[in-house]
Amino acid sequence: MKDSFILSRAGRLLFPLLLLLSLLVLYRGHNLPGGGFIGGLLAAASFLLVGLGDGMAEARRRVRIPPAVLMGVGLGVAVISGLFGMLGGAPFLTGLWLPSFSLPLLGTIHLGTPLLFDVGVYLTVIGFVLHTVFSLADFGWAEQDEEEPG
Amino acid sequence: MSGLLLLLPLLLPLAGTIVLLAGSLSVGFQRVGAVVCSGLTLVASLVLLVAVDRAGILVVQLGSWEAPFGISLVADRLSAVMVAFSALLGAAVAVFSLGEISRRRIQRFFYPLYLLLLFGVNGAFLTGDLFNLYVWFEVMLIASFVLTALGGARAELEGGLKYVILNLFSSALFLSAAGILYGVLGTLNLADLAVRLEASPDPGWLQAASLLILVAFGLKAAVFPLFFWLPASYHTPPSTVSAIFAGLLTKVGVYALIRVYTLVFEPLFPQAQGLLLAIAVLTMITGVLGAAAHFEMRRILSFHIVSQIGYMVLGLAFFTPLALAAAIFYIIHNMVAKTNLLLISGIVIRLQGTADLARVGGLYRSAPWLAVLFFLPAFSLAGIPPLSGFWAKLGVVRAGLEGGWWFAVAAALVVGILTLYSMTKIWAEAFWKPRPEGALPLMAGGVGRLGWMVVPVATLSVCTVALGVFGEFLFAFSERAADQLLSPQEYISTVLAGRGKE
Repeated sequence: MKDSFILSRAGRLLFPLLLLLSLLVLYRGHNLPGGGFIGGLLAAASFLLVGLGDGMAEARRRVRIPPAVLMGVGLGVAVISGLFGMLGGAPFLTGLWLPSFSLPLLGTIHLGTPLLFDVGVYLTVIGFVLHTVFSLADFGWAEQDEEEPG
Repeated sequence: MSGLLLLLPLLLPLAGTIVLLAGSLSVGFQRVGAVVCSGLTLVASLVLLVAVDRAGILVVQLGSWEAPFGISLVADRLSAVMVAFSALLGAAVAVFSLGEISRRRIQRFFYPLYLLLLFGVNGAFLTGDLFNLYVWFEVMLIASFVLTALGGARAELEGGLKYVILNLFSSALFLSAAGILYGVLGTLNLADLAVRLEASPDPGWLQAASLLILVAFGLKAAVFPLFFWLPASYHTPPSTVSAIFAGLLTKVGVYALIRVYTLVFEPLFPQAQGLLLAIAVLTMITGVLGAAAHFEMRRILSFHIVSQIGYMVLGLAFFTPLALAAAIFYIIHNMVAKTNLLLISGIVIRLQGTADLARVGGLYRSAPWLAVLFFLPAFSLAGIPPLSGFWAKLGVVRAGLEGGWWFAVAAALVVGILTLYSMTKIWAEAFWKPRPEGALPLMAGGVGRLGWMVVPVATLSVCTVALGVFGEFLFAFSERAADQLLSPQEYISTVLAGRGKE
């Protein structure tokens, strides 16, 4: 692909903003539009924007973790968020909340296991989208059909 | 901690998926992880089965949201026994896979997908919510589609594409039906649906929804005339994959049919009975004729899956306690025997390079042990006493005679004979006749140790014999399960127990 200066520059500038926005969407999602799924898509889009401007290798470098691992970690976080309720004798996935507190600039903060579940969804979605796109970007593996001894 | 008891058959395969996805991609780690995880799932499912049989229906209201607002997980006898036997197959096939699945597939996440499939199947058996059932179907569909197409060869992709398109179509119908039911009755919890359906003023819509669901589940279960995707896609992936599909996927469709017709659509059943009978008989006949016309082991067996589904639906269509018990027994027997036969076809491919009956032969001489292992499930499938298939067929036939369904009983008996014909054909061609000229070189198709493939096949063959010899015990269990299905009051009151508290 021919390098586009505008795309590459815009990607680098928008990358941190989009990532921040995705976190904001993730956080407000419990009672307002947003949540882990949309936040995850936004975060994945920020990596893909870099990938379009500077190549998928650069996008991969910025993710650092292999997307499949990200999916696994995300699913793991979601499951663990469900287990907290069981520790207290309630059914799986029962929501538990910490007492809310205030921070300067951000206002009142609510933290609890439903948010943790959403973080799990967030990571899983990022992992899934990036895994899919990176696989499509490396297209060509389908040529090798032969089984090799394992 | 009955909640944990019910959750473990779901959480264990999910945890296994997560660990294998996020952990090392080394072949050893993936293999050990998959076998250990499926083994633990088996233990947890057996504990659940015993607990449910003794203590009655178990319910977990996920997230403490009481039914009908939250999602309920419910285990009655039917669910628990399905979970237990699918876990048995999951563990057996996981061991078998050690001898077949190549390094390349493992590094493309074969095992996380395999465990995800078990997760989805168990979820479909345990959910008490119609929409949630749709979600579990999708989990199964995602995992099974990738498993079919993982090799990336042309035949695999072609089979996988047919499989995914037809199943998506079925999902769309299912979703429309769920939408109609929600629009008319305002709930999707199965127990709550059962309560509200009786008092509904709008039977036309409900009839439409029930028929849409019949088509959707019928497609998943591969009944006539919606079965054609199955023989088109089951012979292309590795035997590990086709064996686990054969054992689990269509049975989930049959399970879902039994569940909705006994619990939710019971008042509408009289109108559907004729249709179900016709579907069952035609499924039996077309499946067995398709099998008679084919000459490749896995294709023959795929058509037999279709044919056997007919018997199970027939049990549902008779709708007497005996018939339902026979259908449950039939599903269990068939899961074990059919998976085993497909695993054996994998060993045949391993030993002779192909499962095309024209190009294999002489197995009775070169591998007499395999002949014995094949003989047991094959003749069980045909219904030869004292193997498990005999009791299953006997139950269906007796129920039919009691109800006076002569035509269906005659069809079931004729199909039994034709099944025997197909099994004899495989026996004569693969085992009895000498190796033909131009056969592939011996041991051409192998990637791992043969021993890993033989142990699960032997175990499942022993299971088939045990299910036959101790048939009375299992049949008594099936009757208890059928009673529970036919008097759904216990199911409904257990699921909706929390509603009175508010």
